[in-house]
Amino acid sequence: MQGIGFDIAHMLAGSLVLMSFIQLYQQRLSALLNVFALHALVLALSVAWQAYVQNAPHLYITALIALVFKAIVIPLALRRIVIRLGIHREIENVFGVGLAMLLGIGLVALSMVVMLRVTSGADPLAREDLAFALSVVLLGLLMMVTRRNAVSQVVGFMSLENGLVLAATGAKGMPLVVEISVAFSVLIAFIVIGIFLFRIRERFDTVDMRAMDRFREEQR
Amino acid sequence: MTIDALTGVLLIPALTAGLLAVLPGYRLTSRLNMLAAFLTFLTAVSLFFFEPVSGRYLLVDDLNKVFIVLTTFVAFTTSGFSASYIGHEIETGRLKPNHVRFYHAMYQVLMFAMNLALIANNIGLMWVAIELATLTTVLMVGIYRTHEALEAAWKYFILGSVGIALALFGTILIYMAARPVIGEGPDAMVWTILITKAANFDPDLLNVAFVFLLLGYGTKVGLAPLHAWLPDAHAEGPTPISAVLSGLLLNVALYALLRFKMLLALNPVAIAPGPLMVTMGLMSAVFAAFMLYSRRDIKRMFAYSSIEHMGIIVFAFGMGGPLANFAGLLHMTMHSLTKSAIFFAVGHIAQIKGTQKIADLGGLTISHPVLGWGLVAGVVAIAGLPPMGIFMSEFLVVSSTFARAPWLVLILVIAILVALGGLFAKLNTIAFGEPRGSNAPAQASYVPMFAHLAIVFAAGIYMPPALVTGFQNVSRLLG
Repeated sequence: MQGIGFDIAHMLAGSLVLMSFIQLYQQRLSALLNVFALHALVLALSVAWQAYVQNAPHLYITALIALVFKAIVIPLALRRIVIRLGIHREIENVFGVGLAMLLGIGLVALSMVVMLRVTSGADPLAREDLAFALSVVLLGLLMMVTRRNAVSQVVGFMSLENGLVLAATGAKGMPLVVEISVAFSVLIAFIVIGIFLFRIRERFDTVDMRAMDRFREEQR
Repeated sequence: MTIDALTGVLLIPALTAGLLAVLPGYRLTSRLNMLAAFLTFLTAVSLFFFEPVSGRYLLVDDLNKVFIVLTTFVAFTTSGFSASYIGHEIETGRLKPNHVRFYHAMYQVLMFAMNLALIANNIGLMWVAIELATLTTVLMVGIYRTHEALEAAWKYFILGSVGIALALFGTILIYMAARPVIGEGPDAMVWTILITKAANFDPDLLNVAFVFLLLGYGTKVGLAPLHAWLPDAHAEGPTPISAVLSGLLLNVALYALLRFKMLLALNPVAIAPGPLMVTMGLMSAVFAAFMLYSRRDIKRMFAYSSIEHMGIIVFAFGMGGPLANFAGLLHMTMHSLTKSAIFFAVGHIAQIKGTQKIADLGGLTISHPVLGWGLVAGVVAIAGLPPMGIFMSEFLVVSSTFARAPWLVLILVIAILVALGGLFAKLNTIAFGEPRGSNAPAQASYVPMFAHLAIVFAAGIYMPPALVTGFQNVSRLLG
């Protein structure tokens, strides 16, 4: 049981990293949102599995939040915004897909090297989880850097938060306070982002961050 | 949970925020805002006389008493400044009444969040509080809904969230390090328990955790190269918020960093957190000092000056030892008071002249003598000239660390001098020469500004022994 429990947790956490990679090379916003929904779904499964292996029923709440909120509500809402703005086919990468993927591989390697080395004392499940979680966090950061579009930056930020949830659930016995707060912060963050996106739309007629950058240069 | 001074500093702002969210009329609400801030300040001061018992969620010790009194004091004076500032914004129509209601409620939510971050005894709770403080300030920075304000708020939001996310990862790692020693469950996040067991934590995990915490909370402190949000947020938000950001929120993030530094210092095998902090502090100070020269916006310029001073403070705490910690603590206090006084002056100036561009300001000492000379006094203080308090604290930073790291201190001194040059070059255009722009009479509240400057001036000449002993106790605590 221990063996298969570990393998499944390992597989789910690994798939989350894989999803982060798939996000990196998406060329269209609507496709990116689909992948993000999948990302959140994998997270929900992973958290639910952790709840089962750790015998920690409160983690099912976290899994449910991830499933309902991140895998369904947010992608749907973002899709509406994107379609209303008519930008569902657009995406602008700062650099090419190839380079982004190479950087991503480098970041994953880095997080494996760092986390596996420093957690040699911890139990293997938590170790692997932490290493994968850091990879997801770093890939989320990379996505925020390589995308110019405000919506895809938000998606990058949310997949980064998914990585944090993975880390928090992997840390056995971590108080519930934190998980709820993570979910809650995403909620607030989303409201804030939503407000901003609409305001940006009002003022700029585009959610392209370059428009803002140009504007700022004139101001300086 | 019993109601004592500790819960008081949370309850007063929380209840007032609810009240302010529904009450109409800015005159009433701005007074209520002031009254609540004043009551919170009194409650915070009472911590010195009747120290409540620390529980599992809230704690009070010498370190956070200093921070919380400073925070509530500046919050109170800023609410006074804010009342007259907001009055003017309403008259000119830059803010609508419902925006003002939102603004006042957010002001109190921010106070609540900052106080909670300072007294939280749980590292998870502290993180939540800092996140809440970040979100409220994001909303306030964007309140004018102009291009620049939205862009600044967006940038602040993205960078702040990334910083906050990294800090959470660091917090999780601290829990992982504590779990084998303390055991599973909430105890492994309680500060007072962590600190007694820190010597047995896994040092490698602590090291990695500190790197994440330094990058995460360091973003909120405004350390270079993670400072990019800070000048925009300062320049585009309402000026009272610039004062609160510079004077208080940066300190709160610094407080979190100091707490974790104490934790690491107790573990004999973990890396020394000092050198990392020294490097980032020096980098920020040097970088910001040079950036002062090419600024065209007055609020942006003082934002860079804040980065410089946070750099000096982090440098002092990074060097460590009772004397350098004392200097850092004093410098932090003086900087908070001086920088908020400067923003009070700048806020009124920008309102009168209708612009923040340095090129369009001029001859303020002639057209508006009180404001102009107030600004001059503030800049003299912030640049570190005697006899003001910042001179004292900068002198202490330099003298207490010179014997240990002469070359590093040399770099710091150069940064301070470069910053002095930059500030005075700009001050010359702003305060002296031919008056430019509008000559409208100032409807300003001078009391908060001069109260701060008077304290800074007094501290440069004479420090009450009680204050010195208090700061010394904290410095020893910081190690």
